[in-house]
Amino acid sequence: MTAQPEETVAVPASLPALRRYPALQHAILAGAIVIAVILPFLTKSFIIFQLTQVMIYGLAILGLNLLTGFNGQFSLGHSAFYGFGAYTAAILMHNYDVPYYLTLPAAGGVCFVIGFLFGLPALRLQNLYLALATFALAIAMPQILKFHPLEAWTGGVQGLVVDQPDPPSFLPIDTDRWLYYFTLMVVLIMFAGAWSLVHSRTGRAIMAIRDHPIAASAMGINASLYKSLTFGVSALYTGVAGALGALVVAFVAPDSFSFLLSVSLLVGLVIGGVGSIPGCLFGGVFVLFGPNIAEFVATRLFGAIERFSGGLIALQVSDSRAIGLAGAVYGVILLLVIFVMPAGAAGFVRLVVGRLSRSRQARTNG
Amino acid sequence: MELLLHQVMAGLATGAIYACMALAVVMIYQAIDHLNFAQGEMAMFSTFIAWQLIAWGQPYWLAFILSVAISFVGGVLIERVLFRPLHKAPILSNLVGFIALFSILNSGAGYIWDFTIKTFPTPFGHKGLFGGTLIDTHEAGMIGVTLGMLGLLYLFFRGTRLGLAMRAAAANPESARLVGIRVGWMTALGWGMAAAIGAVAGMLIAPVVFLEPNMMLGVLLYGFAGAVLGGLTSPAGAVAGGFAVGVIENVAGTFIPYFGRELKLTIALVLIVAVLMVRPSGLFGRREVSRV
Repeated sequence: MTAQPEETVAVPASLPALRRYPALQHAILAGAIVIAVILPFLTKSFIIFQLTQVMIYGLAILGLNLLTGFNGQFSLGHSAFYGFGAYTAAILMHNYDVPYYLTLPAAGGVCFVIGFLFGLPALRLQNLYLALATFALAIAMPQILKFHPLEAWTGGVQGLVVDQPDPPSFLPIDTDRWLYYFTLMVVLIMFAGAWSLVHSRTGRAIMAIRDHPIAASAMGINASLYKSLTFGVSALYTGVAGALGALVVAFVAPDSFSFLLSVSLLVGLVIGGVGSIPGCLFGGVFVLFGPNIAEFVATRLFGAIERFSGGLIALQVSDSRAIGLAGAVYGVILLLVIFVMPAGAAGFVRLVVGRLSRSRQARTNG
Repeated sequence: MELLLHQVMAGLATGAIYACMALAVVMIYQAIDHLNFAQGEMAMFSTFIAWQLIAWGQPYWLAFILSVAISFVGGVLIERVLFRPLHKAPILSNLVGFIALFSILNSGAGYIWDFTIKTFPTPFGHKGLFGGTLIDTHEAGMIGVTLGMLGLLYLFFRGTRLGLAMRAAAANPESARLVGIRVGWMTALGWGMAAAIGAVAGMLIAPVVFLEPNMMLGVLLYGFAGAVLGGLTSPAGAVAGGFAVGVIENVAGTFIPYFGRELKLTIALVLIVAVLMVRPSGLFGRREVSRV
């Protein structure tokens, strides 16, 4: 029996229609950045806070995407790297009065080292075994953060309060808006970095390992080194996102970094699109608003059923159990995504644009 | 010495639960080569079904049997409806499928039975066994039920045509299909049996950890650790691994200051990573070899 390597992730072909018009691609990107810069002057503080969180989750998902989408390794433990990043930033600011902008490289560095070390055994752990090891990491994380002897640094069960940075005195904006711009800047730099990484020689090596590990090694790619490095870089991205998250929320506590966060990131990855860089931001949108959407759908749908049945079917949507219901709907949405649009939102857009351009081609040819 | 013996016995008792979970994990791993991350939530849901039946006034053993039967049917249905279509899909889709199932069962249980902690009865009582203080009757019952279940499974797989067909379908699907075994249904049967075993595990541990939607997360992790330690390809190995993990957890918790007590889950993490690094096939599993 010859072993055709089992497919790890399904990555859709890139978008030919956009590839053909690089100017259009640049215009869309520039437009998006302009909108992102203007937006804070048009909206309320709370919405700005939410937008900042979307970008942060998008960055964390990008980290996971580099690992899963581009290198074909799985992780259910990225909540732990997010947590390590957040705690690094919080501890540095809280205990050592380090300026906030220096905590980001520190968090990234710490997470890179941890990720690289965790990635070393990952060489022997393929696919599901890696998912299992990282699953264990995610479950153990809150306990590690609550660990009693470390309480002097981590604050134990109570967590740590983080002072939010003041905007620079020459800018006439408030803290929320300053954090928004700060995050936007970091996110833009990191997304650009990811883009160049993926389109470099190194990036092609990383993807070759995903598509056919044996052929990649036969071509002289050092699979062990690249896999560990990708794990490190992936952890770095998610760690920086964690540090930003600590700044924006102004608080870290052990139970914020539970397995559920890993699940959210994975969901964001799948919904945004595996192997798509812009898709990560859409994934971030879903991570933040997905539960709300699910709750909304659940209460509306079940409320309608109750009314329709004339009160015969009482589904109890009004009480606190609605939270549980929302989680269940969340799961159903996930299932729908992997069955109906397996390539995520980015793949869906590609499909639609691809169909449109193909039909236009057919018209011009005919 | 007295303390050590106590801890070892207590470890064997909790180990029985981990052994059940490990057994369920191995059943599905054998059938579809995937780890079921929703295994714990399936067991939790089954236990809630039993709790509901008891709350409606059914006697314990009737509720027990009904819950196992419902879980079996549920497991078969989950395979047929959810994972059959994902058979040829990439690994990531399967992983997301498991996570979705996890979310649906966990939150669904919270919706139906809410998130408050409930007590669950035990048929064995909590008296000391033979009047001693070493181990109580419920703990002895857990060990007994687990070993009994392993024995039944052994007889089933070794002694019946259906068991033989299931082993054939897992070992070599193509050849099994050629000799007329319906491989798809064998997989579904494996799911059903795993769900039933999980139901038993859930009902045994519920009197100890109390019944609530999140009760199985740690247990599942230990179940994985047991399965990996014993070998994912060996049911008996998984049971032995589960018992070993239970003993390690309890002994480490007592004798290693701080670490053991507060970082119990980290012990499972270290154990999993260590076994996978040193001996990925586990203590009793066979090594996977593939030709390229």
